[in-house]
Amino acid sequence: MTVLSVEGLKTHFFTRAGVVRAVDGVDFALERGGIMGLVGESGSGKSVTGFSILGLVDPPGRVAGGKIVFHGEDLAQASEARMQALRGARIAMIFQDPMMTLNPVLRIDTQMMEAIQAHEAVSRTEAWTRARDGLAQVGIPSAEQRLRAYPHQLSGGMRQRVAIAIAFLNNPDLLIADEPTTALDVTIQAQIVHVAQTLCRERGTALIWITHDLAVVAGLADRIAVMYAGRIVEAGATDEIIDRPRHPYTVGLLGSVPSANKRGERLTQIPGMTPNMLALPDGCAFRERCPRATEACTNEPPDAADADAHAVRCFHPHGTEVTA
Amino acid sequence: MTVFIIRRLLQAVIVVFIMSLIVFFGVNVIGDPVDMLINPEADQAEIERTIKALGLDKPIHEQYLFFLKGVATGDFGKSFIFGEPALKLILHHMPATIELALVSLIMAIVLGIPLGLYAGLFPDQRVSRGIMAASILGFSLPTFWVGLMMIMLFAVYLGWLPSTGRGDTAVFLGIESSLWTRDGLSHLFMPALNLALTNISLVIRLTRAGVREAMHQDYIKFARAKGLKPRRVIGVHLMKNILIPIITVLGLEFGSLMAFSVVTETIFAWPGMGKLLIDSLLQLDRPVVVAYLMIIVLFFVVINLVVDILYSVLDPRVRLKDQGT
Amino acid sequence: MTDTVTIRVETPFQRFWSEFRESKIALVALIVLASIIVLAVLAPWITPQNPYDLAQVDVLDGKMEPGSEAFAGYTMWLGSDGAGRDLYSAILYGLRISLTVGLAAGVLALIIGTAIGLVAAYAGGRTEMLIMRAVDIQLSFPAVLIALMLVAILGRGIDKIIIALVAAQWAYYARTVRATALVESAKEYVEAARCLALSHTRIVFRHVLPNCLAPLIVIGTVQTASAIALESTLSFLGVGLRQTEPSLGVLISNGFEYMMSGRYWISFFPGVALLVTIVSINLVGDQLRDVLNPRLKR
Repeated sequence: MTVLSVEGLKTHFFTRAGVVRAVDGVDFALERGGIMGLVGESGSGKSVTGFSILGLVDPPGRVAGGKIVFHGEDLAQASEARMQALRGARIAMIFQDPMMTLNPVLRIDTQMMEAIQAHEAVSRTEAWTRARDGLAQVGIPSAEQRLRAYPHQLSGGMRQRVAIAIAFLNNPDLLIADEPTTALDVTIQAQIVHVAQTLCRERGTALIWITHDLAVVAGLADRIAVMYAGRIVEAGATDEIIDRPRHPYTVGLLGSVPSANKRGERLTQIPGMTPNMLALPDGCAFRERCPRATEACTNEPPDAADADAHAVRCFHPHGTEVTA
Repeated sequence: MTVFIIRRLLQAVIVVFIMSLIVFFGVNVIGDPVDMLINPEADQAEIERTIKALGLDKPIHEQYLFFLKGVATGDFGKSFIFGEPALKLILHHMPATIELALVSLIMAIVLGIPLGLYAGLFPDQRVSRGIMAASILGFSLPTFWVGLMMIMLFAVYLGWLPSTGRGDTAVFLGIESSLWTRDGLSHLFMPALNLALTNISLVIRLTRAGVREAMHQDYIKFARAKGLKPRRVIGVHLMKNILIPIITVLGLEFGSLMAFSVVTETIFAWPGMGKLLIDSLLQLDRPVVVAYLMIIVLFFVVINLVVDILYSVLDPRVRLKDQGT
Repeated sequence: MTDTVTIRVETPFQRFWSEFRESKIALVALIVLASIIVLAVLAPWITPQNPYDLAQVDVLDGKMEPGSEAFAGYTMWLGSDGAGRDLYSAILYGLRISLTVGLAAGVLALIIGTAIGLVAAYAGGRTEMLIMRAVDIQLSFPAVLIALMLVAILGRGIDKIIIALVAAQWAYYARTVRATALVESAKEYVEAARCLALSHTRIVFRHVLPNCLAPLIVIGTVQTASAIALESTLSFLGVGLRQTEPSLGVLISNGFEYMMSGRYWISFFPGVALLVTIVSINLVGDQLRDVLNPRLKR
């Protein structure tokens, strides 16, 4: 059953210096309980995609086109009241830096209970009990004491667990995780990934894990979509992407993971710099950094999918000859 | 926490001490009291008698010690004009000033915060721009001029409100104040508003700045992502964060109100400490001036201390850091 | 074909100016302010009377309504005060004094405050702590009070008022400069400069100071307005400038007694001049603050 289907999503920012097409034609679909990794570097538009789904894009940006179909309903057309009813209840989101996402002057229990009481008329006691159980489920010991604490009294990993607990309080159908482990130590990262994965599997919650780190989603996601300059340039099953990457950018990403290299060899780098979103080149946005680019790439590259639903947007993907 | 309080108390004492030095030496050394006080036509004997009576013949450090003793016991000498003990005079006039300052403070909060909130949440609307422009006017316009204009307009031309003085007072809940009578209120309104204007503008700008900064923070976005209604996002998440600095500023501003009342009281002939100070300054009634300065310094030091403590109580990050987690 | 986006390349000053111009109000305020200054400077040449030359003043001209004619034959557009001085002339001359006092106090406070702030930031240790303590204490008292205290001690007169104003205001500059200097001196380019063994003064003046300029400019404008307002308040209360140095505050004070009898213009017009000056300075300063503030996302 398809939980979310994003079709041709465009989110543009209308700034003084020009229009930034942060998300420029993104398509993907997610099944119930499915886990998708959305991978890209800073500025690729992956976070904005997440915000667009929830309707949290702030001016000067707005969703400029496309459809966001959630359980058959187009969220791009939904009213703000409808979105408020959905947020935190059917669709939840967690952010990157838990220190800044939890309000520093409010207690943990306040911040958890309000998430419940915003959507259901329950008593304070019941809300409190659910909050305590939620904390226990994400593996936080002494949940009752933690409830009375303030965010700065908890460690980074614990704060992120609290955020996850909050997200799951109302049993959402979809969870969007925007780089939740980027600000954490590697060891804690693994724990957080595990917690999220377990809960999603248990409850059949679909998960979009947004990150710049391919390694994190390699063990977590069923499918991976790679974003560059506002577009998805490659998408497919995780194994396909990791073992048989086709877009030159994906190849570059995989190649630059240090563990993939043999000792003594130079680290592979993708040449060039992240694109200036105000001045994208014609045609394929990656062509100025691509070792396989030719004249043909000044036109819009085609979106082609093969038999395994492994799609790639490129004139010269790996596995084909580079002809002019 | 206790260490903190003790340290601040010590600081406060030092400040009062330094101020007393400044005030004493300023008034007694730079000005010449003999010239100022004694009738030039008095004969030598009378001059000497007055000098002895005022203790002006002793060496300066003795005079200072005498002064300090006076400060500690509350004896600032007698007013040259009224003959009453200076401290008693000031304390007699204090309630009127406090009443004025308190009402102004409340006006500043009640008017300033909602207006500032609106201007911060909807910055591009014309009403908001209007509010900000008005706030610039509010703190640019010299208080005394606005007071003059208010009198011209409301008292002389329109005749709605009385122009000067304090109205009748009544006692309610053990407090005597002109708030409890209609006549008192009509006398209180203009001076309180006049005094409050600068602060209303300040609160508007502070609130707006706080709102603008806080709205971009992640925790606001997260609160919205939880599906909380805007009322709660703003009323709880936002307000709790911006109220802390606003309250501290307001606390400090209360002291400022006491000082600024000097101007308002003069224009509206409000019988408070401020008017007493100006009159004393103009008439060179030194003991009263000294007493006023010391009292107000004391006031300020106490207010600052209270605000500091209040801040650490209100902000859980500061409070819990002291206690250890 | 995707459309190309051109990116304008401008010098910092051009960008500053175009951002400043965004606020029509601030632009108008700037023009008004410039006009006021020009008028004040040109006062002796554009007024029909020098109100402080006793030979030109005739008490029979006194208390005349706006638009009346003076004995000497010119029109007193804004009326005259109790002693027969043409108000228009008195205001322009008064502006000179008000502006001079405010500017002098502002500039002096800026120089002294900046110097102290820089010393504090650069010296560090106990010196810094002592200085900042003094700054904090001073800042916890309102300027009005400090000025009153000093006036009580020093007496009246233009030089004493300037001293009082400077004493009330230097702390703002000191605190800002020290905070900015601390941030700047922690930055790497200062370490780099130190590594190059540049002398201390050179580091401070060529590197640290220019970065403090932005907040200094903003504070300077607002504080100058505040100095002008403070001086006029003191003069109005009778403890500021003397009759021989008639700033706008003195003029307003003189007119106070005539308010009740309906001769409002003696206080009203100088008051308008005063508030237009202060408001325009503040509006300009406000826009400066918005433009120069790196934290507001633009």
